[in-house]
Amino acid sequence: MAINWFKYSAPSTFYGLAGKMIPWFAIPSVVLFAVGLYIGFFVAPVDAVQGEAYRIIFIHVPASILSMFLYLVMAGYAALGLIFNTRLSSMMATALAPTGAMFAFISLWTGALWGKPMWGAWWVWDARLTSELILLFLYFGFIALHASIDDPRRADRAAALLAIVGSVNVPIIYFSVKWWNTLHQGSTIKFTGTSMHVAMQEAMFITLLACWFYAVAMALIRVRSIILERERNNLWVSELKEVNS
Amino acid sequence: MNQLSIFKLLNLVIRRDLLLAMRRRADVLTILVFFVLVVSLFPLGVGPEMDMLRKMAAGVLWVAALLASMLSLGRLFSADYLDGTLEQMMLAPQSLSVLVLGKMIAHWFVSGLPLVLMAPVLGLQFDMSVPALLVLMLSLLLGTPILSMLGAIGAALTLGLRGGGVLLSLLVLPLCIPVLIFGSGAVEAVTSGLSVVSNLSLIGALFVLCLVFTPWVTAQALRISME
Repeated sequence: MAINWFKYSAPSTFYGLAGKMIPWFAIPSVVLFAVGLYIGFFVAPVDAVQGEAYRIIFIHVPASILSMFLYLVMAGYAALGLIFNTRLSSMMATALAPTGAMFAFISLWTGALWGKPMWGAWWVWDARLTSELILLFLYFGFIALHASIDDPRRADRAAALLAIVGSVNVPIIYFSVKWWNTLHQGSTIKFTGTSMHVAMQEAMFITLLACWFYAVAMALIRVRSIILERERNNLWVSELKEVNS
Repeated sequence: MNQLSIFKLLNLVIRRDLLLAMRRRADVLTILVFFVLVVSLFPLGVGPEMDMLRKMAAGVLWVAALLASMLSLGRLFSADYLDGTLEQMMLAPQSLSVLVLGKMIAHWFVSGLPLVLMAPVLGLQFDMSVPALLVLMLSLLLGTPILSMLGAIGAALTLGLRGGGVLLSLLVLPLCIPVLIFGSGAVEAVTSGLSVVSNLSLIGALFVLCLVFTPWVTAQALRISME
């Protein structure tokens, strides 16, 4: 049976589909978090060099990966919305932005907590830290631009253009910061995970999946709210059970 | 009508914008005074030790130039937007990208070039050597047009919005970071006896990249803002 994908590009039909999909992502996310963190905190051995403090990577690494990945997904959805003029794509981009910004923030915060015992400083101007901080600013720019334009269609398109310009800029910013860093200071202590214990790998992989499922669930919950907010004057919204009750 | 060549069109737009800027000279001077003021604040804030000032000079001048160019960006399209000229430009048969490029160039003449010319005088206050001053001027000469071009995208996106100025800085400043790094990096390189070619080449590459893409992107942004 062929699935008609275009059917679900209409907000009214996607609203119901998203509602059905949320538990399929939310529940696995909770379970995977529990399993991943259990392995991370109780099964994985103590690191020879870094002691117990290394365990923060089970949050830190997935958050960093997702913060970068979500920006690209967001820019992708925004581009789709701009090119094909589909409302739902733009709504998805808007729904992803806060989750991505949150992951960028968690990544910076946990990085600081890890840096204090390891590097002896909450913050060092390392290339990766700096580019993560700039990524957080890019998220803020996207959210702020979208929030300050009253007309939602114009907001969608303007923010989309910004997201595309930003995603073109991300590699340029990353490499410029990297070269700047090597110019200014010697290499800082690098965590080279060449011989990671299997349990560490497992825990990190499972928490990464958990974060991934969490991001999808959150985006779906948020996109449902956005759909309701924007379509509130339409007939199908007023016929919904949850709206009437 | 369509006989107008691209260069004639550019020339017309640049001359018009420069003429308008000359009628309001205070705006241009304010930016320059702001630049001088911000640069002068740093020694007061961190102390007058010449060794430290010499090390900071390039970064301070570049950051001040970045902030000064943000100030003037709000005016890039807003006057034309308010009196309806921008709408006529969009209806014109000529390419909007070329018109936008003309406005960018005029903006750089008004807000970028004065900073480039002023920078060596301020550099002397920080006890910079002559080769460093020359490289600083060269890096600003290549880098400030990029600020105008990237800033134009932000100015077009925030056209007619409340609180546009702060928002504009939030959007544009992160995008300008590579220019800042390579610009002050070039000066750093010359003071520590390294070759400046790599840094200046990278700014040059960014300049060419921006020259090709930003007029078109800004034109799209204007279309989004005006509909």
